[in-house]
Amino acid sequence: MLQILTPEGELVGEPPVDIPMTRKLYRAMVAARLFDRKATAIQKQGRLATYAPFEGQEAAQVGSAAVLRPDDWMVGTYRDAAAMWMQGYPWELLLAGRTGHERGGSPPDYVNVLPPSITVGAHMLHAVGLAWSERLQSSERIAITYFGDGATSEGDFHEAMNFAAVFHTGTVFFCQNNQYAISMGFTGQTATETIAQKAGAYGMPGVRLDGNDLFAVYWAARTAVERARNGNGPTLIEAVTYRLGPHTTSDDPTLYRDEAEVEAWRSRDPLERVRRYLEVNDAWDEEWQKHIEGEESAVVERAVQLAEGLRVPGSDELFDSMFAEPTSDLERQRSLLESEGG
Amino acid sequence: MPIRTLAQAINEALDIALGQDDRVLLMGEDVGKTGGVFRLSSGLYEKYGPDRVIDAPVAESGIIGTAFGMAVAGMRPITEIQFMGFSYPAYDQIVSHVGRIRNRSRHRFTAPMVIRMPFGGGIGAAEHHSESTESIYAHTPGVKVVVPSTPYDAKGMLLEAIDDPDPVIFLEPIRLYRSVKEDIPEGSYRVPLGLARVLAAGDDVTIITYGAMTAAARKALAILSQEGVSAELIDLRSIVPLDLDTIVESVQKTGRAVVVHEAHRTAGFGAEVVAQIQEHALFSLLAPVQRVTGWDTIVPLKLAEHHYVPTADRIVAAVGKTLEE
Repeated sequence: MLQILTPEGELVGEPPVDIPMTRKLYRAMVAARLFDRKATAIQKQGRLATYAPFEGQEAAQVGSAAVLRPDDWMVGTYRDAAAMWMQGYPWELLLAGRTGHERGGSPPDYVNVLPPSITVGAHMLHAVGLAWSERLQSSERIAITYFGDGATSEGDFHEAMNFAAVFHTGTVFFCQNNQYAISMGFTGQTATETIAQKAGAYGMPGVRLDGNDLFAVYWAARTAVERARNGNGPTLIEAVTYRLGPHTTSDDPTLYRDEAEVEAWRSRDPLERVRRYLEVNDAWDEEWQKHIEGEESAVVERAVQLAEGLRVPGSDELFDSMFAEPTSDLERQRSLLESEGG
Repeated sequence: MPIRTLAQAINEALDIALGQDDRVLLMGEDVGKTGGVFRLSSGLYEKYGPDRVIDAPVAESGIIGTAFGMAVAGMRPITEIQFMGFSYPAYDQIVSHVGRIRNRSRHRFTAPMVIRMPFGGGIGAAEHHSESTESIYAHTPGVKVVVPSTPYDAKGMLLEAIDDPDPVIFLEPIRLYRSVKEDIPEGSYRVPLGLARVLAAGDDVTIITYGAMTAAARKALAILSQEGVSAELIDLRSIVPLDLDTIVESVQKTGRAVVVHEAHRTAGFGAEVVAQIQEHALFSLLAPVQRVTGWDTIVPLKLAEHHYVPTADRIVAAVGKTLEE
């Protein structure tokens, strides 16, 4: 398993980024964690529908998204808010999907990130088509797709890996193996030792790495993205990580895992090891930590306000959003709703 | 104007679309080198190459899911599902993604793509090859579902579907591929989606159908005419959206209606048509609306298929019931 920065913050390989860039990525991980905790907190106050926290997976998401160009495609899941935000998806829209507003699925025009996939697995194929489409249009854009260990059991994982390899598309398959698919542990999901090894069956490279190691993630993602961009085809990355929180705010993980296991993974925290590394290199102190936490908290607070301040959709929006022009069927139904006082 | 079969008309439409617009591509199982199992894309692989006419691995979800991504990023994919009975592995892509992306992104992302499916029975094919389950797709929000039954409509509607800004499920009646011929214009022309066509005008009863059942209905019309019954025949051509005006106008004139399809009876699209008629034309009716449909059985294999697929005689009998009152 590839590792560059140990949980203790010691280098065991060549860091892929310099200190200023490491500070930038560390700050992004801090922001992501603040967002995740804020979202969890306001869900408990009933202000969000169920929320899927990603705490513990910040390095996997921030490190991999950091290597993309701003217009590359990203197709992720409900647990990939940090990666999506890195690629330009505003925090407030990531929240709006949970406050109950479809506007949350509509990022700005310059952001090539699809709204998070709620069904598991089908979206990996979309990243194959997106990358293929770009190549056919002689563009250098690539596509990255995020998914969990559970999604690799879906048939669409197989079809996506196969199509990507057969047609040599510029797709990066980024699996965050966070050990659980709701209650199902990794060994119940597959009989293979790793997810990365499945890549061989499709004729593409597979890389397994410490997903809580920002540097390992960054290095492997950069390699895979360059490979995709240069027309050399897809790569499967398995980032071994851990979901420190519940599957969603509706889940009770004490039903299927021991607290000791969670504590063991807490000691491999993706933020803490970078903090130690920066501190040793005189690039971190308490004051800076407070400063960035203050600024990023304010950004998250503002996002909550924006999400909660979105105009409540009127009934017209239902009918107007299905097709470019509402069909005659929908126009009749719109009139019917009006006549029924809806 | 040249005489073309429905199959040739589709081939011409594909050729025109591929020739006119670099964003258009065709993807499906065996659509390239062999020109498809029904040879509808014959010659196109040679003309446009493997990047535009794509032989896909045998994976329907893969084909639709990949084409969806292509459409979102600017291409105009036309996909072919070899037979409607093989479309179900792709249903999750259609219901969960293809039909939803415009809504869930509030128009930010769209999937302009065509999903072609040969459908229907009457040719004694193997199991799974005679399905007519269009109700599943009509019940799926966010996709249009259209069904040409003539060469003219097939070409004009396919060109229209390819240009449509939204996903279109394009159902092709297998039985009519080579059994109907007519003069059609050379080059490009369009037939708007969502409009029914009155194939024959009449006064006593309205027969509403689509796809291969138009052929059985035409035979029924000939028999009825000898019996002195004047029947109006409507080819819906599109079940989503549904051209309700044409149906209601006709039923208000004739006072009687028979809905015909080869799909299973329960929750078949005929049930929707009957419901719409009773909502909008009940007081014009002189008799209960009749349905002539396939049954809630598996479509039989060749030797018993005639018990399942509606025939002209069954349509005539149903018309007779509406005239008893």
